[in-house]
Amino acid sequence: MKLTGAQILIKMIKAEGVDTIFGYPGGAVIDIYDALAKQNDLKHILVRHEQGAVHAADAYARANKSVGVALVTSGPGATNTVTGIASAHSDSIPIVVFTGQVPTGLIGNDAFQEVDIVGITRPCTKHNYLVKDVNKLASIIKEAFHLARSGRPGPVLIDLPKDIVGTLVDFKEPKTISLKSYKPNYKPNKKQLNKVVELICQAKRPVIFAGGGVILSQASSDITRLAKMADIPVTGSLMGLGAFPGSDPLWLGMLGMHGTYRANMSIGHCDLLIAAGVRFDDRVTGNIEKFAPKAKIVQIDIDPTSIHKNIEVQCPIVGDCKAALEGIVQLLENKNLDDYKNDHKQWLDQIQEWKSTTPLKYEQDNVVIKPQFVIEKLYELTKGEAIITTEVGQNQMWAAQYYHFDKPNHFITSGGLGVMGFGLPAAIGAKAACPDKLVVDIAGDGSIQMNIQELMTAIESKIDVKIVILNNQYLGMVRQWQELFYEKVYSSTNMENAPDFVKLAEAYGAKGLRCTRPDEVESTLSEGLNSEGTVVMDFSVDREESVYPMVPAGGALTEMLLV
Amino acid sequence: METNKYLLSILVDDEPGVLSRIAGLFSGRGFNIDSLSVASTTEPDVSRITMVTKCEPHIIEQIKKQLHKLINVITVNDLTDKKYVQRELALIKINAQPDKKADILRIVDIFRCKIVDVGISHYTIEVSGDNEKHDAIISLLTPMGIIEIASTGSIALARENGKH
Repeated sequence: MKLTGAQILIKMIKAEGVDTIFGYPGGAVIDIYDALAKQNDLKHILVRHEQGAVHAADAYARANKSVGVALVTSGPGATNTVTGIASAHSDSIPIVVFTGQVPTGLIGNDAFQEVDIVGITRPCTKHNYLVKDVNKLASIIKEAFHLARSGRPGPVLIDLPKDIVGTLVDFKEPKTISLKSYKPNYKPNKKQLNKVVELICQAKRPVIFAGGGVILSQASSDITRLAKMADIPVTGSLMGLGAFPGSDPLWLGMLGMHGTYRANMSIGHCDLLIAAGVRFDDRVTGNIEKFAPKAKIVQIDIDPTSIHKNIEVQCPIVGDCKAALEGIVQLLENKNLDDYKNDHKQWLDQIQEWKSTTPLKYEQDNVVIKPQFVIEKLYELTKGEAIITTEVGQNQMWAAQYYHFDKPNHFITSGGLGVMGFGLPAAIGAKAACPDKLVVDIAGDGSIQMNIQELMTAIESKIDVKIVILNNQYLGMVRQWQELFYEKVYSSTNMENAPDFVKLAEAYGAKGLRCTRPDEVESTLSEGLNSEGTVVMDFSVDREESVYPMVPAGGALTEMLLV
Repeated sequence: METNKYLLSILVDDEPGVLSRIAGLFSGRGFNIDSLSVASTTEPDVSRITMVTKCEPHIIEQIKKQLHKLINVITVNDLTDKKYVQRELALIKINAQPDKKADILRIVDIFRCKIVDVGISHYTIEVSGDNEKHDAIISLLTPMGIIEIASTGSIALARENGKH
């Protein structure tokens, strides 16, 4: 069968089970767009900025437990994807980004819209390719999807010179993948699993710490099983929210800089920490020297580089989280855990005490809306069922603290890189993947302006998303640091000069709602969530509300600022 | 903290950009490269990179794991604590004034080096050997007036039979 490179591309993407891609055309990919227009199998969503395409692909992958795809042109189209790619790299999200490139003969000549995107993205992709021979295109695409989704997932970029996609060749579907040395180790070492069981049986104050890896390996049910059978409390990183039910009594809340008091205290006092699919980011550990000082640490990760990188662990397990947790559960099933559970009842009581004395708190009066109140109401009204995306900053932390995620793949946030402007395109990507789900972007007034143009994408593609802006007219998180550590010198964080978000929404063709009073929060949310189409809800919230608890950067987790 | 020297022998796909991936990994993560030598092997499409790096003991584990994580890296063999033969090649151009010529020739002889270029007032000496030999001959020749030196990085092979 004779196909052009562009047709091969579409065929191979479809073969990977992807039904929707996000992109933006340009000169170098015009052949691909021509081919896209002449088929009905693969849906293309036209974004308004290439960064948005990558974030949308990222969220599509997370919501759908599959691989997300973005397609952009050469030069600026390609460079605009870098932030999105770096974010997916930090969060280990499987995406494949196709960039156009100038024709093979012009590469290296500083041609119009030429940029060495393979060179630029080398440090922020799992792997990348420049396709120089159209006969290898199909096998490279197959390889790219395999790399993106296997092992520790991540972004893969394929650079496509214009002449390659335009050439007609004999298409043979590649059957196998030949990667000499890439063989991720899924199967955990049995001896190590036995050691974990031994450690669990000896522990008096155990804690499980779930990260994004648990969600990626779809091991939520296994970690829940483990926690329940041995009554082990569970905390999570930002990326791990939803890995364990947020409404379960064993749930400690998030860990780290803005973690709950009980989660951070339990790390300070536990004698066994079972960390699964985490990489011990500095926002989680605080001062490394004082992190879990009394604990033996078990770390399960598919990526050997994650182990011993930031934290020395006593029991490393290289392997798939799901396989390892299944193995541990199986071994524990043969044991009578009644005495064991009795033994650490005291530990659970201690945690309960931390919870009751120092819960997450804020005070809602009847004058000014507290941002936390908006999220609590959102949680109630959506019954915790919505897919939540966030921007970055205070909005993200309040979402993490006050929206309790019972299921995985429902909290989609730029965790590692912390990209402002992530939430709106991510909401579009998540909604494209799960059209039957309610998708809400929890935004700040600063972040939302970073990719506001994607409102047009949502309207045009009829991808209905709901946007909740917690509008404090500040870059709130930076302002909070300035308040606490820079004598309230609010340098460049005042955002009073902002557009009227209601009018802006209407200008794009969305519905805009404004809410300025606490007693109207519920009705505004209710109206917004129940309206057809895309809705922007602008909540004027307390300008100087801060996120607490807070562990100052470099401090020990147990030394929190509480209000 | 104490830093050690480590000798790594790395087999990689012979593809454009592989060296850049490795160099980028080192610069991006703040690892040091002391010396680096790249050449083809008997297998087509496979190159050997011999690298000397200086770091703290816990960092070398990270370096090895990070290298291995690169898709184009086939094997990473740490020769440091193994038996291996190691060579470097250096060309040393030295001032050869009449009164020094005999001394230089004696040193060349003792170290079993070769004179590969002779001029009216200079010699160029080829030295091959391990790192210590190079340091030793350079320290002896320095007082004579070394004009310039070109040297390769280390190359090494494990002493055991078989491929590594």
